[in-house]
Amino acid sequence: MAGFLARRLINYVALIVVATSLAYMLAASALDPRSNYEARRPPPPPAVVDARLDELNLNNKTPVFQRYLRWSWSVLHGDFGKTTVGDPVNADLARRAGVTLRLILVGLIVGSVAGVLGGALAAVWQYGWFDRLTTAASFLVLAVPTVVLANMLIIGAVWFNDLVGAQIFLVSGETTPGLEGGFLRGAADRAQHLLLPTLSLSLGLIAVYSRYQRNMMLDVLGADFVRTARAKGLRRSTALTKHALRTALIPAVTYFAFTFGALIVGTTFTEKIFGWHGLGEQLINSIFTNDVNTVAAISCLAAFGVLVAALASDLMQAALDPRVRVG
Amino acid sequence: MSGHVTLPDEQLAEQSSPGGVGVAVPSRGRVVARRFFGSWGGRAGFALLAVMFLAAFAGPLVYPWGYTDKDFTAFLTPPSPSHWFGTLQTGADVFAVTMRGMQKSLVVGLLAALVSTALAAIVGAFAGYFLGWTDRVLMWVADLLLVLPAFLILAVMSPLFAAGQWPLFVVMLALFLWMVTSKVVRGMTLSLKEREFILAARFMGVSPTRIVFRHVIPNLSSLLVVDATLNVSAAILTETGLSYFGFGIQPPDVSLGTLIADGSKTATYAPWTFWFAAGLLIVTVLAVNLIGDALRDAFDPSARRAR
Repeated sequence: MAGFLARRLINYVALIVVATSLAYMLAASALDPRSNYEARRPPPPPAVVDARLDELNLNNKTPVFQRYLRWSWSVLHGDFGKTTVGDPVNADLARRAGVTLRLILVGLIVGSVAGVLGGALAAVWQYGWFDRLTTAASFLVLAVPTVVLANMLIIGAVWFNDLVGAQIFLVSGETTPGLEGGFLRGAADRAQHLLLPTLSLSLGLIAVYSRYQRNMMLDVLGADFVRTARAKGLRRSTALTKHALRTALIPAVTYFAFTFGALIVGTTFTEKIFGWHGLGEQLINSIFTNDVNTVAAISCLAAFGVLVAALASDLMQAALDPRVRVG
Repeated sequence: MSGHVTLPDEQLAEQSSPGGVGVAVPSRGRVVARRFFGSWGGRAGFALLAVMFLAAFAGPLVYPWGYTDKDFTAFLTPPSPSHWFGTLQTGADVFAVTMRGMQKSLVVGLLAALVSTALAAIVGAFAGYFLGWTDRVLMWVADLLLVLPAFLILAVMSPLFAAGQWPLFVVMLALFLWMVTSKVVRGMTLSLKEREFILAARFMGVSPTRIVFRHVIPNLSSLLVVDATLNVSAAILTETGLSYFGFGIQPPDVSLGTLIADGSKTATYAPWTFWFAAGLLIVTVLAVNLIGDALRDAFDPSARRAR
């Protein structure tokens, strides 16, 4: 087991290095930081622009490979370089990472728990009203892109706020700036801001997981070991949770690693549309401002995130499935 | 169908019914089609998608306004007999631009799905059939592409898609859709490889490449058809997301993504600018998903009727 995990880990690290390097090369050759200076009035003299770009390691007159070497050297020392305006990328991203992490964690927990529970219940009550309702709802949700879903939520929230004449749902940012009041008021404000972005992020996850979990659960429900568990006198609920659900969770856990990449993209859209100042918002902004170093740093973090998810799903699988632990 | 006919019986049956007279066994395609259209989801999905295609491609032919036309007497007007879906702030007709956007989204989605499924079939079948270094290299590339954030790469490359380079956009889109399917194909190839007809072909001296294309991939067709269908909706959704932020289809051309992005800014006081494009997109993806699901059931004889 340990040897298997170690080999996995080495492979993952190699993947992160190659993925990040590719992203840097691509960003460095496709984005054009020089154009940021050309738009200025009056345009700065070319020598000044060159000196500034050289200093930031963004000069497109230097060969890409040479820039890559200088960049990777500084990344090895833990420094992702500077943004196009000269601020350190590390400090900027460290501040934003917390925002994204909060959003992604809440979305992931709500999405996977609700999805797995909904799917399992739908399987237990197959062809009942709950099953029909969740199947129809998940089909509908899967057809709605995140960008449309987020905008629909905003439009609905504005309409609802107008209707009741109070700001119930807050649709922009993470907190209200300059809010007065105690801790409770602040917590309520955060919750009001968090509600819609979480929904926009987790509805899709709930739909995917409930469909998947329903199928897995149906496969398991008819299995002999569940009948045996009932026959030896376990209550139905115990047999279902301890034996059926636990077994049916194993494939879902594997699936988790695959959905994480989609979750990152979903977070990007959600942050940008709801005005959360996280990594995803910065990613879109940095492409528009030709910020090569920020793009490379965020893709490194994204690759890291996907692989942490893959590793977590390996570990969860080992925790759920005794055969993996022994074998 | 009687499943217990032994070989001599079969031969006897063939001999006794020369020229195919007797019980006509329906072809596999016909069986699948009957099961597909027999299901509620299959009929609904097919009808919806047919209507979408007809509207997107035939609609503009009979409609007086083109997608580049501007009506300078009507800015941001609600739906009316002269402008079925109303107009935008620029005076452009919402029906005309929406149909144009649908054309782009449908074509991009279909092509990207075809390319990615073909790629998945070839990569997966080669990896599974040849194993060894071929397998290691191909699956490592698949892992790498799974790790690379697709949205970021496509967004960074977006300047290349400007000025009518949308076929390149399709190829890039497809490049990030094939990985998971190729792993499934690889797994199925591993078991197919041991089957008698593959072994027979190999011992007859058929070249490995030919075996992969003539015997392995055709035997995975049901999986691939279903996968291609589901990839259509994945491609349409990705395209919408990219275009929404200005990284996909570039102006002056329009796609549903760019329309939804523009419409969302005016949606609260001019709902027609947002809801027609968003609604048609949702209906299209829903139709494709219904077709994919019905196809999966139709191909799989053991499928539970998951309705």
